[in-house]
Amino acid sequence: MTSRPTVWRKLLSSLFVGFCGLSVLVALVPLAFILFYVINEGISSLSFDFFTKMPKPVGEPGGGMANAIVGTLVVTGLGSLFAVPIGILSGVYMSEYAGTRFASLVRFAADTLNGVPSIVVGVFIYGIAVLPFKQFSALAGGLALGVMMIPIIARTTEELLLLVPGTMREGALALGATRSRAVFSVVLPAALPGIITGVVLALARIAGETAPLLFTAFSNRFFTTQLTQPIATLTVMVFTYAISPYRDWHRQAWAGALVLVTIVLICSLLARYATRRLESIQSM
Amino acid sequence: MSARKLLAIAGCAVALGAGASAQTVLINGAGATFPYPIYSKWFSEYNKVHPTVQINYQSIGSGGGIRQVTNQTVFFGATDGPMTNDQLIAAPGKILHFPTVLGAVVPVYNIPGVTAELKFTGPVLVDIFMGKLTKWNDPEIARLNPGVSLPVADITVVHRSDGSGTTYIWVDYLSKVSDAWKAKVGVATAVNWPSGVGGKGNEGVAGLVQQTPGAIGYVELIYALQNKINYGSVQNLAGEFVRASVPSVTAAAAAAAGKMPADFRVSITNADGKGVYPISSFTWLLLYESPKDKAQSKTMVDFVKWALTDGQKFCAELGYAPLPEPVVKLELAALAKIKIS
Amino acid sequence: MAGGAGRTRRSGDLGFRLGTGAFAVVLVLIVCAIGFELTRQSMLSIEKFGLNFWRTQVWDPVAGQFGALPFIWGTLYSSILALALATPIALGIAVFISELCPNLLRQPLVFLTELLAAIPSIVYGLWGIFVLVPFVRSVESAMPQALRSLPIFSGPPLGVGMLAAGLILAVMVIPFTSSVAREVLKSVPGAQREGAYALGATRFEAIRAALFYARTGIIGAVMLGFGRALGETMAVTMVIGNNPRISASLFAPQYTMAAVLANEFTEADTELYLNALIEIGLVLFIITLIVNSLSRLLIWSMARSSSTAAVAAPAEPPTVEEAA
Repeated sequence: MTSRPTVWRKLLSSLFVGFCGLSVLVALVPLAFILFYVINEGISSLSFDFFTKMPKPVGEPGGGMANAIVGTLVVTGLGSLFAVPIGILSGVYMSEYAGTRFASLVRFAADTLNGVPSIVVGVFIYGIAVLPFKQFSALAGGLALGVMMIPIIARTTEELLLLVPGTMREGALALGATRSRAVFSVVLPAALPGIITGVVLALARIAGETAPLLFTAFSNRFFTTQLTQPIATLTVMVFTYAISPYRDWHRQAWAGALVLVTIVLICSLLARYATRRLESIQSM
Repeated sequence: MSARKLLAIAGCAVALGAGASAQTVLINGAGATFPYPIYSKWFSEYNKVHPTVQINYQSIGSGGGIRQVTNQTVFFGATDGPMTNDQLIAAPGKILHFPTVLGAVVPVYNIPGVTAELKFTGPVLVDIFMGKLTKWNDPEIARLNPGVSLPVADITVVHRSDGSGTTYIWVDYLSKVSDAWKAKVGVATAVNWPSGVGGKGNEGVAGLVQQTPGAIGYVELIYALQNKINYGSVQNLAGEFVRASVPSVTAAAAAAAGKMPADFRVSITNADGKGVYPISSFTWLLLYESPKDKAQSKTMVDFVKWALTDGQKFCAELGYAPLPEPVVKLELAALAKIKIS
Repeated sequence: MAGGAGRTRRSGDLGFRLGTGAFAVVLVLIVCAIGFELTRQSMLSIEKFGLNFWRTQVWDPVAGQFGALPFIWGTLYSSILALALATPIALGIAVFISELCPNLLRQPLVFLTELLAAIPSIVYGLWGIFVLVPFVRSVESAMPQALRSLPIFSGPPLGVGMLAAGLILAVMVIPFTSSVAREVLKSVPGAQREGAYALGATRFEAIRAALFYARTGIIGAVMLGFGRALGETMAVTMVIGNNPRISASLFAPQYTMAAVLANEFTEADTELYLNALIEIGLVLFIITLIVNSLSRLLIWSMARSSSTAAVAAPAEPPTVEEAA
């Protein structure tokens, strides 16, 4: 025999479950909308020209974003050159000396840096890498992106290294290895697939940043490989085109957005796949 | 492929890149969005004639042009609002102004159901931008436009959110026709707007006006033309309602051509004369008299000479008025001051 | 005892510690450098305006009068609005994925929420300008006159404004809060839930117990989302209207600290103007530092208290938003 309170409780529970399911749908709706619009608007503007031609002067239809695509690869590459060593080695330090106060300080610094708004990073790099050299440059842009990547890579490395079973480290040390040998020859390789996944995800996230590039890499209507010159990037160009009144530029902005989202999608899928493989290997 | 081979290929690529750049001259400039359409045309055309010259211009607004050229993070700046004496003193070296084209700033609007060309007077524009006139069917506006049925719609003012020479020209004109505006808001590339929404660049304002029913904004003529946005006529000192066009802008410059100051900093808004469009202006390139990089300097001077002569033929199709001949002569003489070696 | 080998190992260890430590020091130095540079470059403004900078409404570059109150207002308003909209949904998702979801759906749903976090903010901004703003404008226009007279709904229906900014920020914040909340819920010992069910609880009641147990962590997750909203630049600046005015209305165009930095930085033509902008950046830095530290502290204390209890959560490699 069910009493009134029980009926009410069951109803509340069903409503709650319903709300949770609904939340998932509500969150997926904008995702679907965004993907739909980006694909729909962008795909009609994607053409061979888009990937190979330079931007045309205002008012002339056609042209492409070839320089911006290369530019994004360049600044992201520069950023990772700077960030990967610092990030991984800081992560190694944090995991190996996890109990110490300095490691806690480093962890706090990494989390802080993670939370710094990207525009503030841009302002900082402008002050130290653009103004003193009186030059906007791809290097400054790479530096800004690198600064943003460091904490992501550091924390990912730290967490993955901590996940490696202690037995592996202890086994290496018991066999007479130095700490550095133990870490670099045994522990790190074990965590490497996950670390690489983390780096790839960090790259994908940073490739989509706009604000830190606005006052560092600036932009360039031409194609350049000189690192000490301003360089066009996909994100800044999409921004410039999006706020313009030219319909042709709007279409190109959507195409640029499609390229960005595709990069992110591929990297996320790769990361997921790599994680699944990693899990299955580790469980063997 | 072995690591050594990869390294060798990378080394070649870098060398090739370095080699190619040894001949290419890269010049960076930034500034006004007002002349961006003609500048981007010029840099593209000049690059066709001189393939080793790449002039990278970013339209970040006149305020940005002045700032970055003062910081020397770009080689040249561009502005529609001439630098003030304070700004010139703050620069690390002497900066020269060179007018390149003439343009007009027009009041653009997006009123549902209205396709006619509206007439405005200076005082009415002041009141709209001060936020005193808030509805399109206000008697002040209706009085000037008897044949048009104006809806009972809110007026949304759109202005620049960035520092802009287009703003400078616009508020310069408003200050000349209204002491109240001059006292309350003043003249500069960025002002404290009494009301409205901010758009970034001429592009941003045009975009916002297009998307917002009931909006009014101000943009350089070409932005209105290229995007087929309605723009109105403005009453000049002679009492005529004049629409911006190449002839009416040229008329505004005619008086100034005779008494051009040596540093070329002159305002031609609210100029006197028949057929004059009152919100016209020169736009200037900002160059250092003694820049450090002489190769870039020589290239830039050659470009400016081309722009003042051959380049002027591209003006009309983009809605800019070419410079009066006497002004070009004065400028070519002034260019000689720039150190190119 | 192989003393020689021991000494080699110790010096090898020392080299290792110093070597990796050096890189860790670089990380710390970067954070310090940011704080230092921001302070140094805003000294002019700090000295001239002092605390009044945060109390004055007027932002007038012509007169050299800089008051940052409109930007603080705009930042807080948009972020709190985003939080109000996003938190229930994010928690609902977290609960659904970790407690209620059929196993088959779990991985795809996690992937989809990650995707929401991974979409670049410029793409959000682009979608915002061309899709969200017209939609908001039509919603604003459809608002009945009776409601229009309320200050929160006053003003012409522009589309751009606080509502659009709040909506976009909410969508961007949802995946962050939801993924951390999910991790936090996972670390609640199974005994908690099992005990509740054993006592005859409904699903809702058992989950409520778990949520209550995890409350510090959940608050931490919410604050993390808040920190994310505070610093967002591109998407906001494209839909908020860029007007430094304080208004209670959702329809009014307003301005945030990050947006004014992005729009006006390259053209601040006087030292004072530039310093005032950088001071805004400094405050943004400090606020996000405080909010993020607080959130990490809450999450960490939650993790600590639950790890002293039973069953540890199964290891799962960090996802993209955990890394964010």
